Amino acid sequence: MIKYIFKRFLYAIPILIGVNLLTFTLFFVVNSPDEVARLHLGNKRVTPEQIQSWNEERGYNNPLFYNQSEKGIKSFTKTIFYQKSFKLFIFEFGISDSGRDIKYDIKQRMWPSLAIALPSLLVGLLLNITFALFFVFFRSTYIDYVGVIFCVGLMSISSLFYIIGGQYLISKLLHLVPISGYAHGFEAIKFLVLPVIISVIYGIGSGTRWYRSLFLEEIEKDYVKTARSKGLSEFSVLFNHVFKNALIPILTGVVVILPLLFLGSLIVESFFGIPGLGSYTIDAIQSQDFAIVRAMVFLGTILYIFGLILTDISYTLVDPRVRLK
Amino acid sequence: MLNFFRNTLLISTVILASCSDKPLNSPYSDSEESKNTFYSSFQERPKHLDPVKSYSSNEYAFIAQIYEPLFQYHYLKKPYELIPLTASEMPEVHYLDKNFKKTTNKGNIRYSKYILKIKKNILYQNHPAFYKEKDDYIYHNLSKEELKKINTLKDFENDSTRELIADDYIYQIKRLSDSKNHSPISGVMKEYIYGFAEYKNKLNKIESSSKIERIDFIKSNDMLGVKKIDRYTFSIVLNKQYPQFIYWLAMPFFSPMPWEADLFYGQKSLQKKNITLNWFPVGTGPFRLIENNPNLRMVLERNKNFRGEVYPSIDDKLNERKFYSVNKINEVPFIDKAIYSLEKEQIPRWNKFLQGYYDNSGIASDNYDQAVSLNSSGDITLTKDLKDKGISLETATTASTYYIGFNMLDSIVGGDGKKAMLLRRAISIAVDYEEYISIFANGRGVVAHSPIPPGIFGYQDSEDYYNAAIFNYANKNIIKKSVEEAKKLLVMAGYSNGINQETGKPLVLYFEATGAGADTYAFLNWLRKQFKKINIQLVTRVTDYNRFQEKMINGTGQIFQWGWNADYPDPENFLFLLYSKNGKVKFGGENAANYSNKEFDKLFVNMKNMKNSKKREDIIKKMLEIVQHDSPWIWGYHPKSFSLSHRWVENIESNLMANNTLKYKKINNSIRKKDIKVWNKANFSLLYIVLFLITAFIASIFVMIRKKDKEKIYD
Repeated sequence: MIKYIFKRFLYAIPILIGVNLLTFTLFFVVNSPDEVARLHLGNKRVTPEQIQSWNEERGYNNPLFYNQSEKGIKSFTKTIFYQKSFKLFIFEFGISDSGRDIKYDIKQRMWPSLAIALPSLLVGLLLNITFALFFVFFRSTYIDYVGVIFCVGLMSISSLFYIIGGQYLISKLLHLVPISGYAHGFEAIKFLVLPVIISVIYGIGSGTRWYRSLFLEEIEKDYVKTARSKGLSEFSVLFNHVFKNALIPILTGVVVILPLLFLGSLIVESFFGIPGLGSYTIDAIQSQDFAIVRAMVFLGTILYIFGLILTDISYTLVDPRVRLK
Repeated sequence: MLNFFRNTLLISTVILASCSDKPLNSPYSDSEESKNTFYSSFQERPKHLDPVKSYSSNEYAFIAQIYEPLFQYHYLKKPYELIPLTASEMPEVHYLDKNFKKTTNKGNIRYSKYILKIKKNILYQNHPAFYKEKDDYIYHNLSKEELKKINTLKDFENDSTRELIADDYIYQIKRLSDSKNHSPISGVMKEYIYGFAEYKNKLNKIESSSKIERIDFIKSNDMLGVKKIDRYTFSIVLNKQYPQFIYWLAMPFFSPMPWEADLFYGQKSLQKKNITLNWFPVGTGPFRLIENNPNLRMVLERNKNFRGEVYPSIDDKLNERKFYSVNKINEVPFIDKAIYSLEKEQIPRWNKFLQGYYDNSGIASDNYDQAVSLNSSGDITLTKDLKDKGISLETATTASTYYIGFNMLDSIVGGDGKKAMLLRRAISIAVDYEEYISIFANGRGVVAHSPIPPGIFGYQDSEDYYNAAIFNYANKNIIKKSVEEAKKLLVMAGYSNGINQETGKPLVLYFEATGAGADTYAFLNWLRKQFKKINIQLVTRVTDYNRFQEKMINGTGQIFQWGWNADYPDPENFLFLLYSKNGKVKFGGENAANYSNKEFDKLFVNMKNMKNSKKREDIIKKMLEIVQHDSPWIWGYHPKSFSLSHRWVENIESNLMANNTLKYKKINNSIRKKDIKVWNKANFSLLYIVLFLITAFIASIFVMIRKKDKEKIYD
């Protein structure tokens, strides 16, 4: 298995280079380094000399991919692409275009993201599976039909509606929790209650339908019929047999997103004023801070690959038939 | 079972309610709320808090409370008046000839010299950068071991202070010239401060990027035009006469900077922990920044070393450079703490203000109808809901202008030919900015007649002093010329009915726009309709701001919209937007229309070095006549700012030039506490209903499952 994991990490390198190349190209197709400099230096009284000096300081004065003025390997290494990308592989994210240490900021901001994402995932998972089992239990009855309509309804509504509606009802009308904000330690709870509730409700529709379809697929299989013919109650069949056997696809869905929980949610963090990594990325895109965008895309890719590897490993844990080679 | 549920609910309600008398939806901790604290919000995190490069209002909101330049704007006086802040008196100005000898002969004046004296016994806030043991600054060269324990400024065990001296101002002026600091005003100062350009070149030649070497160089090398006279006095020599220079001296760029702080923050190891001068200011002002998390909140606390300042009075006098205050007791600042929370979205920001958790707020377009209505006489007034809450409204016209510019280098709308001039003027008449203000700014603005906004010397606002090229005076009102008049001008320009008489083709013009939101498209539709009034087809080209700027720099745009916020309240700071030496294409300056008129330029050079007087007013009149005749801009509008405050906030004045106004704000905490408690009483009724429904739902599920399981009717 170790060999397999090692191989998977090696495969990740070309993926990372490709993603980095794509991000780099997209960013600099839209903006030239001069334009980025102008945006960072402000709108008033910016001189060409200042733009040049800003670019020089950040290494944006080099060519993008190929340096004609250099010879040999240097014509590739003395470029913005090489100099900005290479250090990412040793997790040196460097300084953002606004002058802050990116690694430090990421370390600080991943915890608030996790504080929302983890409870949302756990509570959501529990509720979605419970609802899905419930609808499967009453499959092909009016309860199931109403449940599916209800789920489709929940899925169809924009997340913004839940956020604004939740803030209006819970915070503005009932005055039960703060509308937005964040605090560290135990005080964070009162700020997290509403975003977590909203994230869970928003996810119920799609989550329940997804798990329902997984359970329905299992419930048609022969071993279920065998279990029933042995005289087991439907309740027991669902929990002791169907649920256990549906764990593999559930794990696939859950484990792959575990590492991504650190990256946070873009809209929820923005509306609730949570200083997480989701709003960090959005702010960076808005202020065209390439250093942060690059670091976050790189981190996102690594975490996604890591999530996929974790999924593979988890297969072996829940299904003894699966072996990684 | 039901009894148990009911009792549990009752007990939990009582526990929740008795934990604290603070409302459940309060975003602040108990310890914060009991203090004399001012609460506000910010929408966009400040990019820089280093006075050498900060240049936007969201940055000034913080650093102006911490750093103190030599002068400040009197809080209550209009027109705006400068008074000493850390200076002991207004500057002594001498004019010098080419040999640096004093002269009173105007023809011989080559340089001007400002002698600046600062007050004694002003102390910096306590800071680890000043802490010494046995005459050594122990935090200036931190070891790896020491750094392990440090993550924020609070982690330093010791701190100290020192007195403000003239050297600190000199040091900051030299920092302005260092291109590593990217000061936006280094280009302007290069033109004015004697020796600034040479000093800048010398600094640029230092090959090493070591911060220590640069600081050593700055400390040991003098700038020719900036000299220390004694511990509390220094002088600045300017290359020419430039009376507006004093306004620059009131801006944060000219705040004192202790070299100790620069060296302390220059340590790379601290930069890795984001402890930098750009994020943790060190000043002498009434407040110090104790928490800087621009992604969450910024907290200012009273600087215990602050010398105190008297609250201003309208009767204060400035006589012979000395400032005489009517009030005598040093009581400013009134508040102990200010908490600014990051609030990116409009809805939570507005709701938190209504709940009393922010002491003040602006009015966004979406909330305009909730906040403001027009009364029977057409005046703007607060809505009943807000009045009932005791909220007050302050309005003021900002010292800024928004305009639509014609690129004067363009072959159709540009140039000094009569045809193009008539075309520009016809368009200026057709575009109805009254309508624009009412649709897009909720009536918050004043139609512009020239670049100069209200409150600035030279502003046109009377029957015999208005833009006669575009407006008429009739029935005691200044009204826009009619569309028919615009059409006549168009005929004279050779575009009868929007058709080019020479080619027979319809006239098509191009407008460069930025942004892609719903507001932008609504505006562009409106603008197309304005041009359509005189049968001109307008094609709008929407790009991002970077591309737009590129077009402006290259001069490839035809018509565009832009704006300018004043650096200081002087007409020169607006009229320079039309001075040819500031042309965007040729000189990279702020004259985006690339307007050039020799007569205007000559008058501008004369006017800019004059003090406000009848003669200066006459020159400005002439200048405005020239530009109004040439119409390089559609004279847009000057926005009005609307600001709301709760009844517990005292000393509210709209002074749009002063940035250091937090020290004057006063809070009545007992009223605030009372109001917030009444407005935010928790309502548990719905919670009970929801809990009841959930319980009933769960119970019915159990019943149904048991029933179905017993039936054993399976597929």
